[in-house]
Amino acid sequence: MNDATVISAKDLSLTFQTNDGPVHALKDVNLGVNKGDFVSFIGPSGCGKTTFLRCMADLEHPTGGSITVNGMSAEAARQARAYGYVFQAAGLYPWRTIGGNIRLPLEIMGYDKADQDQRVKRVLELVDLAGFEKKFPWQLSGGMQQRASIARALAFDADILLMDEPFGALDEIVRDHLNEQLLNLWDRTNKTICFVTHSIPEAVYLSTKIVVMSPRPGRITDVIDSPLPRERPLDIRDTPEFLEIAHRVRDGLRAGHSYED
Amino acid sequence: MRNVVPILTVVAAIFVLWYAGAVALNASWAQDKAKRAGVELSFNELVADTWSQEKPKLPAPHQVGAEIWKTTGAMVARGRAFSKRSLIYHSWVTFSSTALGFVLGTVLGIALAIGIVYNRTMDMSVMPWVIASQTIPILAIAPMIIVVLNAVGISGLLPKAMISMYLSFFPVVVGMVKGLRSPGAMQLDQMQTWNASASQSFWKLRLPSSMPYLFTSLKIAMAASLVGAIVGELPTGAVAGLGARLLGGSYYGQTIQIWSALIMAATLAALLVGLIGMIQRITLKRMGMAQ
Repeated sequence: MNDATVISAKDLSLTFQTNDGPVHALKDVNLGVNKGDFVSFIGPSGCGKTTFLRCMADLEHPTGGSITVNGMSAEAARQARAYGYVFQAAGLYPWRTIGGNIRLPLEIMGYDKADQDQRVKRVLELVDLAGFEKKFPWQLSGGMQQRASIARALAFDADILLMDEPFGALDEIVRDHLNEQLLNLWDRTNKTICFVTHSIPEAVYLSTKIVVMSPRPGRITDVIDSPLPRERPLDIRDTPEFLEIAHRVRDGLRAGHSYED
Repeated sequence: MRNVVPILTVVAAIFVLWYAGAVALNASWAQDKAKRAGVELSFNELVADTWSQEKPKLPAPHQVGAEIWKTTGAMVARGRAFSKRSLIYHSWVTFSSTALGFVLGTVLGIALAIGIVYNRTMDMSVMPWVIASQTIPILAIAPMIIVVLNAVGISGLLPKAMISMYLSFFPVVVGMVKGLRSPGAMQLDQMQTWNASASQSFWKLRLPSSMPYLFTSLKIAMAASLVGAIVGELPTGAVAGLGARLLGGSYYGQTIQIWSALIMAATLAALLVGLIGMIQRITLKRMGMAQ
Protein backbone atom coordinates (compact mmCIF):
# COMPACT_ATOMS: atom_id res chain seq x y z
CA MET A 1 0.00 0.00 0.00
CA ASN A 2 1.50 3.32 -1.01
CA ASP A 3 0.47 6.92 -0.31
CA ALA A 4 -1.76 7.09 -3.33
CA THR A 5 -3.86 4.08 -2.33
CA VAL A 6 -7.34 5.26 -1.43
CA ILE A 7 -9.17 1.96 -1.10
CA SER A 8 -7.46 -1.26 -0.19
CA ALA A 9 -9.06 -4.68 0.26
CA LYS A 10 -7.11 -7.62 1.69
CA ASP A 11 -8.52 -11.17 1.58
CA LEU A 12 -11.96 -9.63 1.84
CA SER A 13 -14.75 -12.19 2.32
CA LEU A 14 -18.44 -11.87 2.95
CA THR A 15 -20.64 -14.87 3.56
CA PHE A 16 -24.39 -14.55 3.95
CA GLN A 17 -26.04 -17.25 6.03
CA THR A 18 -29.27 -18.25 4.30
CA ASN A 19 -31.74 -21.06 4.77
CA ASP A 20 -30.14 -22.86 1.84
CA GLY A 21 -26.73 -22.73 3.48
CA PRO A 22 -23.96 -20.13 3.28
CA VAL A 23 -23.67 -17.92 0.19
CA HIS A 24 -20.17 -16.67 -0.54
CA ALA A 25 -20.90 -13.21 -1.91
CA LEU A 26 -17.21 -12.34 -1.77
CA LYS A 27 -14.25 -14.64 -1.25
CA ASP A 28 -10.64 -13.56 -0.74
CA VAL A 29 -10.86 -10.35 -2.72
CA ASN A 30 -7.66 -8.29 -2.96
CA LEU A 31 -7.63 -4.90 -4.63
CA GLY A 32 -5.98 -1.51 -4.37
CA VAL A 33 -7.59 1.61 -5.81
CA ASN A 34 -5.30 4.60 -6.33
CA LYS A 35 -6.17 8.24 -5.99
CA GLY A 36 -7.74 9.59 -9.17
CA ASP A 37 -8.50 6.13 -10.57
CA PHE A 38 -11.70 5.38 -12.40
CA VAL A 39 -12.32 1.74 -11.51
CA SER A 40 -15.14 -0.26 -13.05
CA PHE A 41 -16.43 -3.49 -11.56
CA ILE A 42 -17.98 -5.75 -14.14
CA GLY A 43 -19.47 -9.21 -13.90
CA PRO A 44 -22.77 -11.07 -14.07
CA SER A 45 -25.44 -10.88 -11.40
CA GLY A 46 -24.35 -12.47 -8.16
CA CYS A 47 -20.64 -11.87 -8.69
CA GLY A 48 -20.49 -9.62 -5.66
CA LYS A 49 -19.66 -6.37 -7.43
CA THR A 50 -22.38 -4.42 -5.67
CA THR A 51 -21.60 -6.18 -2.39
CA PHE A 52 -17.97 -5.14 -2.76
CA LEU A 53 -19.01 -1.52 -3.33
CA ARG A 54 -21.33 -1.69 -0.32
CA CYS A 55 -18.43 -3.00 1.78
CA MET A 56 -16.42 0.07 0.81
CA ALA A 57 -19.40 2.19 1.84
CA ASP A 58 -19.82 0.35 5.16
CA LEU A 59 -23.33 -0.66 4.13
CA GLU A 60 -22.32 -4.34 4.33
CA HIS A 61 -19.95 -5.78 6.88
CA PRO A 62 -17.29 -8.25 5.69
CA THR A 63 -17.05 -11.55 7.52
CA GLY A 64 -13.35 -11.93 6.77
CA GLY A 65 -10.30 -9.96 5.70
CA SER A 66 -10.00 -6.21 5.89
CA ILE A 67 -10.87 -3.12 3.92
CA THR A 68 -9.56 0.39 4.38
CA VAL A 69 -10.86 3.59 2.83
CA ASN A 70 -8.60 6.65 3.00
CA GLY A 71 -6.43 4.66 5.39
CA MET A 72 -9.31 4.22 7.84
CA SER A 73 -11.78 1.44 8.47
CA ALA A 74 -14.82 1.60 6.20
CA GLU A 75 -16.95 2.63 9.18
CA ALA A 76 -14.65 5.49 10.16
CA ALA A 77 -14.54 6.59 6.54
CA ARG A 78 -18.33 6.62 6.35
CA GLN A 79 -18.54 8.61 9.55
CA ALA A 80 -15.98 11.03 8.13
CA ARG A 81 -18.21 11.32 5.05
CA ALA A 82 -15.36 10.22 2.82
CA TYR A 83 -17.50 9.22 -0.15
CA GLY A 84 -20.57 10.07 -2.14
CA TYR A 85 -22.74 7.13 -3.14
CA VAL A 86 -24.93 7.06 -6.24
CA PHE A 87 -27.56 4.34 -6.29
CA GLN A 88 -29.15 2.64 -9.27
CA ALA A 89 -32.30 4.71 -8.82
CA ALA A 90 -31.94 8.46 -8.46
CA GLY A 91 -33.81 8.33 -5.14
CA LEU A 92 -34.67 12.02 -5.15
CA TYR A 93 -37.23 13.08 -2.54
CA PRO A 94 -40.44 13.98 -4.36
CA TRP A 95 -41.26 16.67 -1.79
CA ARG A 96 -38.00 18.50 -2.35
CA THR A 97 -36.98 20.52 -5.38
CA ILE A 98 -33.80 19.54 -7.24
CA GLY A 99 -31.96 22.22 -5.28
CA GLY A 100 -33.54 20.99 -2.05
CA ASN A 101 -32.48 17.42 -2.80
CA ILE A 102 -28.88 18.46 -3.35
CA ARG A 103 -29.03 20.56 -0.21
CA LEU A 104 -30.23 17.54 1.83
CA PRO A 105 -26.80 15.97 2.57
CA LEU A 106 -25.39 19.46 3.13
CA GLU A 107 -28.09 20.16 5.74
CA ILE A 108 -27.36 16.83 7.40
CA MET A 109 -23.65 17.56 7.46
CA GLY A 110 -24.21 21.03 8.85
CA TYR A 111 -22.86 23.26 6.09
CA ASP A 112 -23.94 26.87 6.59
CA LYS A 113 -26.65 28.37 4.43
CA ALA A 114 -24.49 30.54 2.19
CA ASP A 115 -22.09 27.67 1.57
CA GLN A 116 -25.04 25.40 0.71
CA ASP A 117 -26.39 27.84 -1.87
CA GLN A 118 -23.03 28.21 -3.49
CA ARG A 119 -22.37 24.45 -3.59
CA VAL A 120 -25.80 23.68 -5.04
CA LYS A 121 -25.18 26.20 -7.79
CA ARG A 122 -21.72 24.79 -8.50
CA VAL A 123 -22.68 21.12 -8.74
CA LEU A 124 -25.78 21.88 -10.80
CA GLU A 125 -23.50 23.56 -13.33
CA LEU A 126 -21.15 20.60 -13.11
CA VAL A 127 -23.88 18.17 -14.21
CA ASP A 128 -25.40 20.59 -16.71
CA LEU A 129 -28.59 21.23 -14.76
CA ALA A 130 -28.14 24.95 -14.09
CA GLY A 131 -31.57 26.59 -13.94
CA PHE A 132 -33.34 23.45 -12.69
CA GLU A 133 -32.84 24.21 -9.01
CA LYS A 134 -36.48 25.10 -8.39
CA LYS A 135 -37.98 22.20 -10.38
CA PHE A 136 -39.44 19.14 -8.70
CA PRO A 137 -38.02 15.69 -9.59
CA TRP A 138 -41.14 14.61 -11.48
CA GLN A 139 -40.63 17.51 -13.85
CA LEU A 140 -37.29 16.01 -14.99
CA SER A 141 -36.51 13.07 -17.28
CA GLY A 142 -34.91 9.91 -15.89
CA GLY A 143 -31.48 10.91 -17.17
CA MET A 144 -31.74 14.37 -15.63
CA GLN A 145 -32.86 12.88 -12.32
CA GLN A 146 -29.83 10.62 -12.28
CA ARG A 147 -27.60 13.61 -13.03
CA ALA A 148 -29.19 15.44 -10.11
CA SER A 149 -28.44 12.46 -7.89
CA ILE A 150 -24.80 12.56 -9.03
CA ALA A 151 -24.75 16.28 -8.27
CA ARG A 152 -26.04 15.46 -4.79
CA ALA A 153 -23.16 13.01 -4.26
CA LEU A 154 -20.66 15.64 -5.42
CA ALA A 155 -22.00 18.50 -3.32
CA PHE A 156 -20.01 17.74 -0.19
CA ASP A 157 -16.26 17.37 0.21
CA ALA A 158 -15.80 13.68 -0.48
CA ASP A 159 -13.07 12.77 -2.94
CA ILE A 160 -14.41 9.27 -3.55
CA LEU A 161 -17.49 8.62 -5.64
CA LEU A 162 -19.07 5.15 -5.40
CA MET A 163 -21.57 4.45 -8.16
CA ASP A 164 -23.76 1.37 -8.26
CA GLU A 165 -25.03 0.88 -11.83
CA PRO A 166 -26.14 4.50 -11.93
CA PHE A 167 -27.13 4.36 -15.58
CA GLY A 168 -28.50 0.81 -15.55
CA ALA A 169 -32.11 1.90 -15.88
CA LEU A 170 -31.53 4.40 -18.70
CA ASP A 171 -31.69 3.87 -22.43
CA GLU A 172 -28.57 3.53 -24.60
CA ILE A 173 -28.62 7.07 -26.04
CA VAL A 174 -29.00 8.79 -22.69
CA ARG A 175 -26.42 6.45 -21.24
CA ASP A 176 -23.83 7.38 -23.92
CA HIS A 177 -24.38 11.02 -23.19
CA LEU A 178 -24.10 10.56 -19.44
CA ASN A 179 -20.95 8.45 -19.81
CA GLU A 180 -19.33 11.26 -21.71
CA GLN A 181 -20.42 13.78 -19.10
CA LEU A 182 -19.21 11.56 -16.30
CA LEU A 183 -15.72 11.32 -17.81
CA ASN A 184 -15.68 15.06 -18.22
CA LEU A 185 -16.74 15.49 -14.62
CA TRP A 186 -14.14 13.02 -13.36
CA ASP A 187 -11.48 14.92 -15.31
CA ARG A 188 -12.49 18.25 -13.80
CA THR A 189 -13.02 17.17 -10.21
CA ASN A 190 -10.16 14.70 -9.86
CA LYS A 191 -12.30 12.34 -7.80
CA THR A 192 -11.61 8.67 -7.34
CA ILE A 193 -14.53 6.77 -8.85
CA CYS A 194 -15.62 3.17 -8.28
CA PHE A 195 -18.28 2.26 -10.78
CA VAL A 196 -20.34 -0.93 -10.89
CA THR A 197 -21.75 -1.91 -14.27
CA HIS A 198 -22.76 -4.91 -16.32
CA SER A 199 -22.03 -3.29 -19.66
CA ILE A 200 -18.66 -4.14 -21.22
CA PRO A 201 -18.50 -1.04 -23.51
CA GLU A 202 -19.40 1.21 -20.59
CA ALA A 203 -16.69 -0.30 -18.38
CA VAL A 204 -14.01 -0.06 -21.08
CA TYR A 205 -15.00 3.43 -22.15
CA LEU A 206 -14.97 4.92 -18.66
CA SER A 207 -12.25 3.18 -16.73
CA THR A 208 -8.55 3.45 -16.06
CA LYS A 209 -8.84 0.10 -14.33
CA ILE A 210 -11.37 -2.64 -15.03
CA VAL A 211 -12.04 -5.27 -12.40
CA VAL A 212 -13.64 -8.40 -13.84
CA MET A 213 -15.59 -10.46 -11.31
CA SER A 214 -17.22 -13.88 -11.27
CA PRO A 215 -19.91 -15.51 -9.17
CA ARG A 216 -20.07 -18.56 -6.86
CA PRO A 217 -18.02 -17.58 -4.96
CA GLY A 218 -17.83 -13.85 -5.79
CA ARG A 219 -14.22 -13.15 -6.71
CA ILE A 220 -11.95 -11.11 -8.95
CA THR A 221 -10.81 -12.98 -12.08
CA ASP A 222 -8.90 -10.19 -13.83
CA VAL A 223 -7.75 -6.63 -13.25
CA ILE A 224 -7.06 -4.71 -16.44
CA ASP A 225 -5.16 -1.40 -16.45
CA SER A 226 -6.52 0.45 -19.43
CA PRO A 227 -3.96 1.89 -21.86
CA LEU A 228 -6.54 4.31 -23.27
CA PRO A 229 -5.73 8.02 -22.82
CA ARG A 230 -7.62 10.13 -20.27
CA GLU A 231 -9.10 12.16 -23.07
CA ARG A 232 -11.78 9.92 -24.62
CA PRO A 233 -14.18 11.00 -27.34
CA LEU A 234 -17.17 8.68 -27.84
CA ASP A 235 -15.78 7.29 -31.10
CA ILE A 236 -12.75 5.88 -29.27
CA ARG A 237 -15.03 2.86 -28.95
CA ASP A 238 -14.34 1.96 -32.58
CA THR A 239 -10.54 1.87 -32.22
CA PRO A 240 -8.62 -1.43 -32.16
CA GLU A 241 -7.24 -0.67 -28.66
CA PHE A 242 -10.74 -0.32 -27.30
CA LEU A 243 -11.93 -3.52 -28.92
CA GLU A 244 -8.88 -5.35 -27.65
CA ILE A 245 -9.63 -4.40 -24.04
CA ALA A 246 -13.28 -5.28 -24.51
CA HIS A 247 -12.14 -8.65 -25.81
CA ARG A 248 -9.96 -9.19 -22.76
CA VAL A 249 -12.85 -8.33 -20.46
CA ARG A 250 -15.02 -10.86 -22.26
CA ASP A 251 -12.26 -13.47 -21.93
CA GLY A 252 -12.05 -12.71 -18.22
CA LEU A 253 -15.79 -13.19 -17.85
CA ARG A 254 -15.62 -16.45 -19.79
CA ALA A 255 -12.71 -17.71 -17.67
CA GLY A 256 -14.89 -17.14 -14.62
CA HIS A 257 -17.62 -19.26 -16.24
CA SER A 258 -19.82 -16.22 -16.36
CA TYR A 259 -21.41 -17.31 -19.59
CA GLU A 260 -22.47 -20.69 -18.26
CA ASP A 261 -25.59 -21.39 -16.30
CA MET B 1 -69.66 20.06 -13.88
CA ARG B 2 -69.96 16.65 -15.49
CA ASN B 3 -70.24 15.24 -11.95
CA VAL B 4 -73.45 17.12 -11.24
CA VAL B 5 -75.85 14.91 -13.20
CA PRO B 6 -74.80 11.57 -11.64
CA ILE B 7 -74.78 13.08 -8.14
CA LEU B 8 -78.24 14.62 -8.60
CA THR B 9 -79.50 11.32 -9.99
CA VAL B 10 -78.36 9.46 -6.90
CA VAL B 11 -79.77 12.13 -4.57
CA ALA B 12 -83.10 12.00 -6.40
CA ALA B 13 -83.18 8.21 -6.11
CA ILE B 14 -82.53 8.45 -2.38
CA PHE B 15 -85.39 10.91 -1.94
CA VAL B 16 -87.77 8.71 -3.94
CA LEU B 17 -86.87 5.68 -1.82
CA TRP B 18 -87.12 7.74 1.35
CA TYR B 19 -90.61 9.06 0.56
CA ALA B 20 -91.75 5.60 -0.54
CA GLY B 21 -90.33 4.13 2.66
CA ALA B 22 -92.18 6.74 4.70
CA VAL B 23 -95.46 5.73 3.07
CA ALA B 24 -94.83 2.03 3.60
CA LEU B 25 -93.73 2.33 7.23
CA ASN B 26 -96.23 4.91 8.40
CA ALA B 27 -99.28 3.59 6.54
CA SER B 28 -100.44 1.17 9.28
CA TRP B 29 -100.58 3.98 11.87
CA ALA B 30 -102.54 6.18 9.45
CA GLN B 31 -104.98 3.31 8.73
CA ASP B 32 -105.47 2.59 12.46
CA LYS B 33 -106.19 6.24 13.10
CA ALA B 34 -108.67 6.32 10.24
CA LYS B 35 -110.40 3.13 11.42
CA ARG B 36 -110.86 4.51 14.92
CA ALA B 37 -112.31 7.68 13.49
CA GLY B 38 -114.48 5.53 11.24
CA VAL B 39 -113.38 7.12 7.98
CA GLU B 40 -112.09 5.58 4.79
CA LEU B 41 -108.80 7.06 3.48
CA SER B 42 -108.29 7.60 -0.22
CA PHE B 43 -104.79 6.89 -1.54
CA ASN B 44 -103.95 10.60 -1.70
CA GLU B 45 -105.13 11.18 1.85
CA LEU B 46 -103.14 8.16 3.03
CA VAL B 47 -99.95 9.44 1.43
CA ALA B 48 -100.51 12.96 2.77
CA ASP B 49 -101.02 11.51 6.26
CA THR B 50 -97.91 9.30 6.20
CA TRP B 51 -95.80 12.31 5.26
CA SER B 52 -97.10 14.58 8.00
CA GLN B 53 -97.45 12.49 11.17
CA GLU B 54 -96.20 13.92 14.42
CA LYS B 55 -94.31 10.81 15.51
CA PRO B 56 -93.81 8.79 12.32
CA LYS B 57 -91.79 5.57 12.22
CA LEU B 58 -89.86 7.14 9.36
CA PRO B 59 -90.21 10.90 9.01
CA ALA B 60 -90.32 12.26 5.48
CA PRO B 61 -87.40 14.36 4.25
CA HIS B 62 -89.33 17.62 4.29
CA GLN B 63 -90.32 17.04 7.93
CA VAL B 64 -86.69 16.52 8.89
CA GLY B 65 -85.70 19.52 6.79
CA ALA B 66 -88.27 21.70 8.50
CA GLU B 67 -87.16 20.52 11.95
CA ILE B 68 -83.52 21.24 11.10
CA TRP B 69 -84.45 24.70 9.82
CA LYS B 70 -86.54 25.37 12.93
CA THR B 71 -83.60 24.49 15.19
CA THR B 72 -80.82 26.15 13.18
CA GLY B 73 -81.58 28.83 10.60
CA ALA B 74 -84.74 30.08 12.24
CA MET B 75 -82.98 30.34 15.62
CA VAL B 76 -80.09 32.21 14.06
CA ALA B 77 -82.62 34.59 12.51
CA ARG B 78 -84.03 35.23 15.99
CA GLY B 79 -80.49 35.72 17.34
CA ARG B 80 -80.74 32.64 19.52
CA ALA B 81 -78.20 30.45 17.69
CA PHE B 82 -76.75 29.15 20.94
CA SER B 83 -79.89 28.58 22.92
CA LYS B 84 -80.34 25.11 24.41
CA ARG B 85 -82.96 24.23 21.81
CA SER B 86 -80.68 25.01 18.90
CA LEU B 87 -79.00 22.21 16.96
CA ILE B 88 -76.12 24.58 16.34
CA TYR B 89 -75.52 24.65 20.08
CA HIS B 90 -75.70 20.86 20.33
CA SER B 91 -73.45 20.42 17.31
CA TRP B 92 -70.97 22.80 18.87
CA VAL B 93 -70.93 20.80 22.11
CA THR B 94 -70.31 17.58 20.18
CA PHE B 95 -67.80 19.25 17.92
CA SER B 96 -65.70 20.55 20.80
CA SER B 97 -65.23 17.10 22.33
CA THR B 98 -64.73 15.60 18.84
CA ALA B 99 -61.98 18.11 18.10
CA LEU B 100 -60.24 17.68 21.45
CA GLY B 101 -60.47 13.87 21.20
CA PHE B 102 -59.20 14.00 17.63
CA VAL B 103 -56.17 16.06 18.61
CA LEU B 104 -55.42 13.81 21.59
CA GLY B 105 -55.91 10.67 19.47
CA THR B 106 -53.67 11.98 16.72
CA VAL B 107 -50.91 12.86 19.18
CA LEU B 108 -51.20 9.50 20.94
CA GLY B 109 -51.35 7.64 17.60
CA ILE B 110 -48.26 9.35 16.21
CA ALA B 111 -46.36 8.85 19.46
CA LEU B 112 -47.19 5.13 19.52
CA ALA B 113 -46.26 4.78 15.84
CA ILE B 114 -42.88 6.40 16.42
CA GLY B 115 -42.31 4.06 19.36
CA ILE B 116 -43.29 1.03 17.29
CA VAL B 117 -41.03 2.01 14.40
CA TYR B 118 -37.98 2.87 16.51
CA ASN B 119 -38.24 0.50 19.45
CA ARG B 120 -38.09 -3.22 18.89
CA THR B 121 -39.75 -4.06 22.19
CA MET B 122 -42.67 -1.80 21.37
CA ASP B 123 -42.80 -3.19 17.85
CA MET B 124 -43.26 -6.69 19.23
CA SER B 125 -45.62 -5.82 22.08
CA VAL B 126 -47.77 -2.76 21.42
CA MET B 127 -49.58 -3.61 18.21
CA PRO B 128 -51.57 -6.57 19.59
CA TRP B 129 -52.81 -4.35 22.44
CA VAL B 130 -53.72 -1.59 20.03
CA ILE B 131 -55.77 -4.03 17.98
CA ALA B 132 -57.30 -5.62 21.09
CA SER B 133 -58.36 -2.17 22.30
CA GLN B 134 -60.54 -1.80 19.22
CA THR B 135 -62.27 -5.13 19.65
CA ILE B 136 -63.86 -3.95 22.91
CA PRO B 137 -67.28 -2.48 22.13
CA ILE B 138 -67.03 1.23 22.78
CA LEU B 139 -70.54 1.28 24.24
CA ALA B 140 -69.36 -1.08 26.97
CA ILE B 141 -66.30 0.88 27.90
CA ALA B 142 -67.62 4.41 27.50
CA PRO B 143 -69.61 4.51 30.78
CA MET B 144 -66.65 3.07 32.65
CA ILE B 145 -64.33 5.74 31.31
CA ILE B 146 -66.81 8.42 32.34
CA VAL B 147 -67.33 6.92 35.80
CA VAL B 148 -63.63 6.31 36.46
CA LEU B 149 -62.64 9.79 35.33
CA ASN B 150 -65.46 11.28 37.37
CA ALA B 151 -64.16 9.41 40.41
CA VAL B 152 -60.78 11.09 40.06
CA GLY B 153 -62.44 14.45 39.64
CA ILE B 154 -62.30 14.82 35.88
CA SER B 155 -65.61 15.72 34.33
CA GLY B 156 -67.02 17.86 31.56
CA LEU B 157 -65.36 17.90 28.16
CA LEU B 158 -62.38 15.66 28.85
CA PRO B 159 -64.12 12.31 29.55
CA LYS B 160 -66.06 12.57 26.28
CA ALA B 161 -62.89 13.57 24.46
CA MET B 162 -61.16 10.51 25.93
CA ILE B 163 -63.72 8.27 24.26
CA SER B 164 -63.13 10.07 20.98
CA MET B 165 -59.42 9.61 21.49
CA TYR B 166 -59.91 5.93 22.22
CA LEU B 167 -61.52 5.45 18.82
CA SER B 168 -59.41 7.86 16.80
CA PHE B 169 -55.87 6.89 17.80
CA PHE B 170 -56.17 3.49 16.16
CA PRO B 171 -56.25 4.49 12.46
CA VAL B 172 -53.47 6.99 13.15
CA VAL B 173 -51.22 4.31 14.68
CA VAL B 174 -51.81 1.90 11.83
CA GLY B 175 -51.38 4.55 9.11
CA MET B 176 -48.34 6.17 10.65
CA VAL B 177 -46.51 2.89 11.27
CA LYS B 178 -46.99 2.13 7.60
CA GLY B 179 -46.06 5.67 6.60
CA LEU B 180 -42.94 5.91 8.74
CA ARG B 181 -41.82 2.56 7.32
CA SER B 182 -42.54 3.57 3.73
CA PRO B 183 -39.00 4.75 2.84
CA GLY B 184 -37.26 1.93 1.00
CA ALA B 185 -34.00 0.21 1.90
CA MET B 186 -32.20 2.37 -0.64
CA GLN B 187 -33.35 5.63 0.93
CA LEU B 188 -32.33 4.42 4.38
CA ASP B 189 -28.94 3.27 3.05
CA GLN B 190 -28.52 6.67 1.49
CA MET B 191 -29.05 8.34 4.86
CA GLN B 192 -26.47 5.94 6.25
CA THR B 193 -23.91 6.99 3.60
CA TRP B 194 -24.31 10.57 4.78
CA ASN B 195 -23.88 9.40 8.36
CA ALA B 196 -27.22 11.00 9.25
CA SER B 197 -28.37 10.75 12.86
CA ALA B 198 -31.59 8.96 13.75
CA SER B 199 -33.39 12.24 14.33
CA GLN B 200 -32.22 13.62 10.97
CA SER B 201 -33.52 10.49 9.22
CA PHE B 202 -36.81 10.96 11.03
CA TRP B 203 -37.36 14.63 10.28
CA LYS B 204 -35.98 14.66 6.75
CA LEU B 205 -37.04 11.26 5.43
CA ARG B 206 -39.49 9.24 7.51
CA LEU B 207 -41.86 12.00 8.57
CA PRO B 208 -42.27 13.63 5.13
CA SER B 209 -42.66 10.17 3.56
CA SER B 210 -45.50 9.39 5.94
CA MET B 211 -47.62 12.46 5.11
CA PRO B 212 -49.94 10.84 2.53
CA TYR B 213 -50.56 7.97 4.98
CA LEU B 214 -51.13 10.37 7.86
CA PHE B 215 -53.84 12.33 6.07
CA THR B 216 -55.70 9.20 5.01
CA SER B 217 -55.64 8.07 8.64
CA LEU B 218 -56.71 11.47 9.89
CA LYS B 219 -59.88 11.37 7.81
CA ILE B 220 -60.87 8.04 9.35
CA ALA B 221 -59.82 9.27 12.79
CA MET B 222 -61.99 12.37 12.46
CA ALA B 223 -65.08 10.33 11.62
CA ALA B 224 -64.28 7.91 14.48
CA SER B 225 -63.84 10.85 16.85
CA LEU B 226 -67.31 12.12 16.06
CA VAL B 227 -68.80 8.69 16.71
CA GLY B 228 -66.86 8.59 19.98
CA ALA B 229 -68.16 11.97 21.07
CA ILE B 230 -71.75 11.00 20.33
CA VAL B 231 -71.37 7.65 22.08
CA GLY B 232 -69.78 9.48 25.01
CA GLU B 233 -72.92 11.60 25.35
CA LEU B 234 -75.30 8.63 25.40
CA PRO B 235 -74.61 6.82 28.71
CA THR B 236 -73.88 9.89 30.78
CA GLY B 237 -77.27 11.46 30.68
CA ALA B 238 -75.63 14.42 29.04
CA VAL B 239 -78.05 17.25 28.49
CA ALA B 240 -76.21 18.79 25.57
CA GLY B 241 -74.71 17.48 22.36
CA LEU B 242 -76.01 15.58 19.35
CA GLY B 243 -75.83 12.34 21.36
CA ALA B 244 -78.08 13.84 24.01
CA ARG B 245 -80.51 14.93 21.27
CA LEU B 246 -80.54 11.38 19.88
CA LEU B 247 -81.15 9.90 23.30
CA GLY B 248 -83.79 12.47 24.22
CA GLY B 249 -85.54 11.88 20.92
CA SER B 250 -85.64 8.14 21.46
CA TYR B 251 -87.00 8.51 25.05
CA TYR B 252 -89.96 10.50 23.83
CA GLY B 253 -90.41 8.84 20.42
CA GLN B 254 -89.47 12.08 18.70
CA THR B 255 -88.32 10.43 15.47
CA ILE B 256 -88.11 13.72 13.64
CA GLN B 257 -85.75 15.03 16.30
CA ILE B 258 -83.64 11.85 16.05
CA TRP B 259 -83.40 12.12 12.32
CA SER B 260 -82.54 15.78 12.34
CA ALA B 261 -79.77 15.10 14.88
CA LEU B 262 -78.52 12.24 12.70
CA ILE B 263 -78.44 14.43 9.61
CA MET B 264 -76.71 17.16 11.58
CA ALA B 265 -74.08 14.66 12.77
CA ALA B 266 -73.54 13.44 9.22
CA THR B 267 -73.19 17.01 7.98
CA LEU B 268 -70.71 17.77 10.74
CA ALA B 269 -68.70 14.66 9.83
CA ALA B 270 -68.71 15.60 6.16
CA LEU B 271 -67.51 19.12 6.97
CA LEU B 272 -64.74 17.90 9.26
CA VAL B 273 -63.50 15.19 6.90
CA GLY B 274 -63.72 17.69 4.04
CA LEU B 275 -61.62 20.10 6.07
CA ILE B 276 -58.92 17.45 6.54
CA GLY B 277 -59.08 16.72 2.82
CA MET B 278 -58.52 20.39 2.10
CA ILE B 279 -55.54 20.59 4.43
CA GLN B 280 -54.23 17.41 2.80
CA ARG B 281 -54.46 18.90 -0.67
CA ILE B 282 -52.77 22.12 0.36
CA THR B 283 -50.00 20.34 2.28
CA LEU B 284 -49.23 17.79 -0.41
CA LYS B 285 -49.33 20.47 -3.07
CA ARG B 286 -46.86 22.55 -1.10
CA MET B 287 -44.68 19.46 -0.75
CA GLY B 288 -44.82 18.92 -4.50
CA MET B 289 -46.50 15.56 -3.92
CA ALA B 290 -49.99 16.32 -5.22
CA GLN B 291 -51.12 14.06 -8.00
